[in-house]
Amino acid sequence: MALTMFEKIWARHVVTIDEGEALLYVDRALIHEGSSHAFDSLREQQRAVFRPRQIFAFNDHYVPTTGRDKGAAGIANPDIRDMVLRLGANAAAHDITLFGIDHPQQGILHIVPPEQGITQPGLLMVGADSHSSTHGAFGCLSFGVGASEMFHVMATQTIWQRKPKTLRIVLEGAPGFGVSAKDLILAIIARIGVGGGVGHVIEYAGSTVRGLSMEARMTICNMTIEAGGRAGMMAPDETTFTYIADRPYAPKGAVRDDALAFWKMLPSDDGAVFDKTVTLDAAAVAPMVTWGTNPEQALPITETVPDPRDARDEVQRAEYQSAIDYMALAPGMALSGIKIDRVFIGSCTNARIEDLRAAAAVAKLGRAQVPAWVVPGSRSIQHQAEQEGLDKIFTAAGFEWREPGCSLCTALNGDQLQPGERCASTSNRNFKGRQGTGGRTHLMSPAMAAAAALRGRFTDVRELAAKG
Amino acid sequence: MKPFTTLTAIAAPFDQPNIDTNQLCPTRFNKVPRGPRYAAVLFHDLRFNADGSEKDFVLNREPYRSAGIIVADRNFGCGSSRESAVYALYEFGISCVIAPSFGDIFANNCGKNGLLPVMLPTAEADAIRRQLNANVGATLTVDLAAQTVTDVEGEVHRFDIHPVRRKCLLEGLDDVDRTRQYLPAIEAFETSYRRERSWLY
Ligand code: SF4
Repeated sequence: MALTMFEKIWARHVVTIDEGEALLYVDRALIHEGSSHAFDSLREQQRAVFRPRQIFAFNDHYVPTTGRDKGAAGIANPDIRDMVLRLGANAAAHDITLFGIDHPQQGILHIVPPEQGITQPGLLMVGADSHSSTHGAFGCLSFGVGASEMFHVMATQTIWQRKPKTLRIVLEGAPGFGVSAKDLILAIIARIGVGGGVGHVIEYAGSTVRGLSMEARMTICNMTIEAGGRAGMMAPDETTFTYIADRPYAPKGAVRDDALAFWKMLPSDDGAVFDKTVTLDAAAVAPMVTWGTNPEQALPITETVPDPRDARDEVQRAEYQSAIDYMALAPGMALSGIKIDRVFIGSCTNARIEDLRAAAAVAKLGRAQVPAWVVPGSRSIQHQAEQEGLDKIFTAAGFEWREPGCSLCTALNGDQLQPGERCASTSNRNFKGRQGTGGRTHLMSPAMAAAAALRGRFTDVRELAAKG
Repeated sequence: MKPFTTLTAIAAPFDQPNIDTNQLCPTRFNKVPRGPRYAAVLFHDLRFNADGSEKDFVLNREPYRSAGIIVADRNFGCGSSRESAVYALYEFGISCVIAPSFGDIFANNCGKNGLLPVMLPTAEADAIRRQLNANVGATLTVDLAAQTVTDVEGEVHRFDIHPVRRKCLLEGLDDVDRTRQYLPAIEAFETSYRRERSWLY
């Protein structure tokens, strides 16, 4: 029988089935400071971590992005310092590998595991963060879980799941000049809606996907959750295998051939059946920005803020109106004219080396008109960027080069927008208050965010780069 | 975990769709340890001004301060996986949310904390919200064993729930206890699995 990649991975991880729920074996689990609730449950019930070598911990959500010389001790806010220290203490107590604040490869939990080769094809991974879908770019099944489920994983190395449905999104054609993976995924979400993937695992396929780098693939899988999808995945291929080779946790020597043979069997078979299929012409996608307060409220930069009167029904009209009010916009305003206060280039969506290169290529063309931060996703990316001189380009253009972490993506570490501030952001969520109470977030690609910094307003990067 | 059997409580209508977990619990409160402090965290930024005074928000109005049920529109609890959104509902006193659809992870998190997410068809959820808007402070009755919601007009709506989720909620059973029974199966699984994928270990 022809199987989808999802079905193959699922089937190999079933330990048992009870009343239609599968008990699945978890290969690797990723946690961060917020997982303290799961550790509390372990302590309350006096349980040990069942397979500590298969749990990986990351200081990312709460670490400051400046002044890190003194490590955790240098964090001024006691609550935040405590979160960072507590993860370290919990990891040590349970013998869990920690990429802590002082670790030479510290970074975001969706950025470091691929860099280290912890993320591999065919695995079942869970993370204490909804963007765990990122890892699916390697052809594994990876999804986010809450603290109770993470507690269960830590205590048993398994998780109960009902089988989700499958949705295949086929992307064909070559993206145009100035169009990145971020624009593709924003266009997909605008098309299928924030609920379009609910209950489904999404496999992205087609010639566009095959032509993308691992970094770009991760950006797309990352935002699967913004379309409501349980997980995103892409077939592993030579690009994947080349990326993994030689990374610290990658299979080496004699077992590498076994691993490769296994990985090559994973892609969906010809004729495999998906519950739904959607196709998108990647060549027709333009650079996108979100104008509203959920990620489906995204439009090409050449468009205008929609008029609630043009909404398809009452419900959408009310949603549009409330978004326009919160974002302090007016129907019919050209998106490219909207002025901004801040720029954030970072997050597990867009803080990998390619993202920084794309942003630096634009930053080189001018000078930032508003405060603009660049926050690399990990120490490794930070060092690589510094070797390539990207940090110099950014600072010469008036951008701030900071230390790695989640930072302004979620505003937990003290980096946050002031009420009313408008931010061009490469992160993944534009919910009300996501980047700080009263903050206004517009999502876009790294190149578009850099272009916005240079002009102090949203700018079509194609126009700016063509002139540059 | 506290068992959930039947509940008759004041139900608060929430008419806007896509209420995300950041609204339920603004992320900066995630560091709060689990407990009663979460009651004030629920919808914090919609309920309170910067100086701590109350805004005009449905849960700040009587009789909704003692609501035990929320009836919402589609995609309730979308967004982040952080379970604090559920802790906040729980500590405020909400033990049941009724909506046409839920964020997947949120619905899962509810079940693990003694909260019942009830999915009803859009038309039925809309009708119940209309009743509640017209009868401020009205109660609904949710019967988990019978899998029914009785609305303001006495009409009974049946809902589906996975039998395991239902059993765990009814008995207040923890998932880990359930899984521990399978420990030999897990260890047997590992033996063959590790042989096959030696490079992972
Ligand atoms: S960068 Fe943002 S989305 Fe990614 S893990 Fe950190 S907080 Fe979550």
